[in-house]
Amino acid sequence: MKALVKIMPKKGVLDPQGKAIEKSLNQIGFPQINKVIQGKLIEIEIESSNEVNAKKIIEDASKKLLANLVIEDYEITILKGE
Amino acid sequence: MEISVIVFPGSNCDRDIAVSLKKFSKKNPKMVWHKESSLPKSDLIVLPGGFSYGDYLRCGSMAANSPIMSEIIKNAESGAYIIGICNGFQILTETNLLPGTLIRNKELSFICKNLSLKVENSESNFTHKYSDKEIIQIPVAHNEGNYFADQKIIDNIEDKNLIAFRYCNQNGEVNDKTNPNGSKNNIAGIINEKGNILGMMPHPERATDKTAGLTDGEKFFISILESIQ
Repeated sequence: MKALVKIMPKKGVLDPQGKAIEKSLNQIGFPQINKVIQGKLIEIEIESSNEVNAKKIIEDASKKLLANLVIEDYEITILKGE
Repeated sequence: MEISVIVFPGSNCDRDIAVSLKKFSKKNPKMVWHKESSLPKSDLIVLPGGFSYGDYLRCGSMAANSPIMSEIIKNAESGAYIIGICNGFQILTETNLLPGTLIRNKELSFICKNLSLKVENSESNFTHKYSDKEIIQIPVAHNEGNYFADQKIIDNIEDKNLIAFRYCNQNGEVNDKTNPNGSKNNIAGIINEKGNILGMMPHPERATDKTAGLTDGEKFFISILESIQ
């Protein structure tokens, strides 16, 4: 089974990388882009008989390592049919 | 007096800190590989600077889950002194031994230079040899040194006088202009409530030898070594 974990900075946390990308896009001809936030996308393969169990394990992994809850939120998506 | 320096894959200030510790304690610290599951008896444990695990995922996040860390947490709870410098500070926040976290520098560039710090708390186990509000020169070398925590945590560490050092200029002015990396309230180093754990981004071990330039880190080492005795 495959899953995706999307990790994004929490609202209000300074995101200097997103800001730098936004400035760069504005400078190379995309003035209409006015908000960029950079996060991470992690693809995981997991052995599990069902989605609920897989999600629970990935939730634990996200809290323990993948995301830092002081500054980041995470969202788990189980990929159907993979 | 027993001192352990923890070595992670990618640590690169472990030998520098060992040299400084030996200079002031007259004893070689034990170098402990991160895969060890037991720690020699230690009055002081130091997590050195560097780029543990290549700074992958988040600085310090992998090291925080190393086998040795559960021993360090146990020792911290039973009152051993713990110092985390630079990457070591990042590891201490990732293990929740210290509050908050270190994010990317505000201006996105790696900062490597000597900076002025103000000693905000000169009564702690780690800083009592400094005078109150002393201005010292200590080098920094980091990409993710921007201290962040929510307002409640910041208020708490301010109220309880848990800020060891703040970034300033040579006149001791603390403001946005003298904040090199965007840290909340110019925070360069903090202490936990119990007073036995300190984390800081600047490198006092790089300021203990006249031939290398700065010597303001000496009082830092003398402070903690006296606290142990």
